This record gives sequence, C-alpha cells and structure tokens, in this order.
Amino acid sequence: MASAVETKPVEKELGKPHERIAATGGEAAAYAARDADIDVAAIYPITPQTPIAEKIAELVANGELDAELIHVESEHSAMSATIAAAATGARVFTATASQGLELMHEMLYIASSLRQPVVMALATRALSAPINIWNDYADAMSMRDTGWIMIFSENVQEVYDNMIQAYYIAEHPDVLLPVVVTLDGFILSHTMEALELIPRDEVLAYAPKRPRSYRPVLDPDKPISIGVLGGPNWYYEAKIQHVLALRESPRIIEEAARLFEKRFGRSYGFIEKYMMDDAEVAMVAMGATASLVKAAVKRLRKEGVKAGMIKIRVYRPFPAEEIVKALENVKAVGVLNRAIAYGAPVEEPLFQDVVTALAVRGIMKPMVSFVHGMGGRDIFVREIVDMYKKLLDAAREGKSVTRTLFWGVKNLEGKPYI
Amino acid sequence: MERYLGRKYPQGYEDIPLAAIVPWPGNTAELPKHEWRTFRPVINQDKCVRCRLCWTYCPDGAIVELDKEYVTSTGRKYKITFEVNYDYCKGCGICANECPVKAIEMVPEER
Repeated sequence: MASAVETKPVEKELGKPHERIAATGGEAAAYAARDADIDVAAIYPITPQTPIAEKIAELVANGELDAELIHVESEHSAMSATIAAAATGARVFTATASQGLELMHEMLYIASSLRQPVVMALATRALSAPINIWNDYADAMSMRDTGWIMIFSENVQEVYDNMIQAYYIAEHPDVLLPVVVTLDGFILSHTMEALELIPRDEVLAYAPKRPRSYRPVLDPDKPISIGVLGGPNWYYEAKIQHVLALRESPRIIEEAARLFEKRFGRSYGFIEKYMMDDAEVAMVAMGATASLVKAAVKRLRKEGVKAGMIKIRVYRPFPAEEIVKALENVKAVGVLNRAIAYGAPVEEPLFQDVVTALAVRGIMKPMVSFVHGMGGRDIFVREIVDMYKKLLDAAREGKSVTRTLFWGVKNLEGKPYI
Repeated sequence: MERYLGRKYPQGYEDIPLAAIVPWPGNTAELPKHEWRTFRPVINQDKCVRCRLCWTYCPDGAIVELDKEYVTSTGRKYKITFEVNYDYCKGCGICANECPVKAIEMVPEER
C-alpha cells in the first residue's frame, strides 16, 4: 500500500488546516458517511438516532452526497436493504438505536455471516419496558454476539474518526465484516462539540473505494448465490470461518488506526490507558462515561490515590491481551457499564468479558462490578470517586464483591448502591 | 478473488467459499442428495412380481426400471428388473409400504 511510506500527516503536506466546525455526534456520523462517499443509505429514524437520518437526507437532498437514500418502513427493512446493497458491491451506511436495533436483530447475524461490509452508527439507548429514550448500553450489549466488529466512541470527534476507520476495516479484503460505531444517545448524538472534518479526497485516499470485483458480489454476468441453505454438513464450517475472520480482524483494526494516525494525527488503540503507569486500582469503562472517569481519576490523584482507567474502544473482537497486560499489576479492578445482564452470575456484561480475559490466563484479583446511568440516569464525578473508594476497600480486603453494585439507584435506606 | 470462492467441492472449513456463497451455478447436480437417509430399501428380486407399484409411488423417481432379464430361483423369467437409485433415494419407505408381495425391505444405514 502506497500510504505505508508516508510519515507526515496529509494536513502538513497540503499546507491547509482541516475544517473545524461545531457538530453533534449525530451530525458527525452523517458527515463521516458523506466524506466516505457512501453509495446507499437505508435508515429508519428512531430517537436518538434521528439526527443522523435527518442529516443524511439533507445531504442527499442538497446534492452534497451522491447516494441512493432508501426510505424503508422499518429497521428490519433498513438492515435488509443495506445488506442487499452491500451485496452488489456498494459502499453502504445505516444507523439505528434501541428497539430499532432489536427489530434488526435477525438481520444483524445475516449481515455478519454473509460477510457484508456494512457500516452502522448506533446511538445507544435503553430498551423497553418501561419506554425510555435515554442513553444506556442495553441495545449495544444485545448485539455483542452477532459477530459484528463493535467500536465505542467517547466524544464527537471519535464518532467521526471511528466511522472513517470503520469503512477501512469493514471493506478490507482480509476482514469483510460489518462494523458498528456507537455514540451515546443524547450525550453524544445531540450534544455539540468541536469537530475536525477531513476533506473527502483525503478520506477516500485513506479508505479508497475498491473495484467492485475485489470480493464476490451480485453480478448478472457472473451469477452466484448469496444466502444459501447451509445444512448440518456445512453450516458449522461457515460459522468457524466467521469466527476466524473476527480473530484475524485485530490486525486490520490496528493497521487502520496506525494509518489514520499517520495521515490525520489522531491516534487510536483497542484500549486507551489513562494514568495506568503507576496505578494501584483501575476502572474499566467505555463510551462517553470514560471522560467522566478521567475527571474522577484526576480528582483522586490530587488526593494522592493512585487511580487509573482503561477505556475500551474496540469491544468486539474483545482486546483481551491488551486489557490483561494493562491490568496485570493493579491491586483491584472495577468494571463500569451502563447495561444489565439479567440473571447472570454478576449482572454486568462487560464485567464478564474482563473477568474471563483475566481468569483464563490465571490472573485473579479483587474485582468489583458497577452498573450506573441506566436509562439516562445522571452520573457525577463524585459518584465515580465513591466507586473508586469502594474499589480501594476491595483492594485492602483482598476480596472481590460478589454481587453487582447498582450505583445511584433510589432506595429507602439512602445508600449509594444496592 | 480465487481465495473467496473455495474449491469446487470443499473438504474442510479452510476451503469453503466466503460466507458459504455458491459461485458455481447449477452445482446441485454434482452434490449428494441422499445424505439424511436412515433406512435404505432393498428389493428382493426373487419375491418381486414386477407390478411396478413401487415405481409408480416413489415420490423421487428413485426406482428405476431396467431392460434386464431376471430368472427367479423357481425358474420364472422376467424381461425387466426394478432397482433403486441410491443417489436419489431419501429412504421414505413408501415403496416398501406399497409393495403387495413385501419384496422390499428397509435396511438401516450403517455409518
């Protein structure tokens, strides 16, 4: 690849700074789709993803984006149309949230197992009942076993950058898997931040549109069948191929981040370590909450507590090696997530992943699982500081807390958690 | 592109086409169509009276009529013979059920 020899960011070579605008996360996702020059978008608007659908429609209507916008009647059709468009070799985009993602659910498996490079923006939102339009990760966690590559964004700039990288990863010949980029509903999707846009020609130089024939696509001249019956004799093998593709994908995800840094100067990894060099206790967080945890870590450092944080950016495939390496030397590990795994041994999905990654490598240390911010419940820095204190207690006692701590839930005893 | 399309008929997970697509149109003719059979019909040519009911009732056309002479142990001579095409037989047992002289036996497949 020609880009491998470049060392300077394109910005300096061209001598023009990138455009900086104020944008919401929703707009950032739509701008990323525009700058990646998508061919087909099929989106059904649902709160809090609506700004993405609106912006895409606007961009297509005013001629900024030359794409086919399919007005579908539901998310199930949105994903079906997107998969079908991808199967013809088009660069595609869709977006959804919450119940919409659940309506897509059966098509999510089809997108990934048919190995179609679909890119989706997911404005994370709680799942009913009761009906709730605010942010938590119930929807994102429900799709973690669908075989998609999942990337979590912390701020508006990351939404944009992750989306651009998603096209690089999804369409790479060694991957060919769908990628979902999350943005926290309302917290990112509706909140305006500074956003540095990358010109379309630079985006296309980074993630070029490949010739249609580089992968098997629907073509009347060379007929193939996509989505065939896989009986007991070959289904297993097809699924193993999917597993192996996901296992191979970290190489390309890393390559995408490295080239992105070279060209545009912003660096990304599977995880982000924050003050982990000498940390005694560490919290694992993801998405927009990570910013808040960073603020809490700063506050604790002023108090003399050696706190650290790990932000998980790539959630699937799970970067187990990196996380284990980062957590090896801390005394206690806390895991912070905005989702509940009902009836699980410890009712927090991310906790299970982190513990499994440590346990299969024979590493045992005090661990505490925190659930917070369900259904858009506000969470404050002082609460996360309190969580760190709980974590320090666990480190001192040398014992894990065996039950999830549901932080910030109202209870008659006035405790911070149950 | 070749690496996505696999071998003509794959042997393992390494060489099945990407996402189990079928890049060879009309390949069903080349594939086995009987893999789920648990019992196979075996025609006892001595008992068979050539009534052709099995041939009539077979839903898959798996009973074939051959221009092959056959002489039974009692000396009776037939001009035709009925045989089972095991490439197509799914083992449904309709032939054995319909046979008026019980000349067809369903034998378990051994695998």
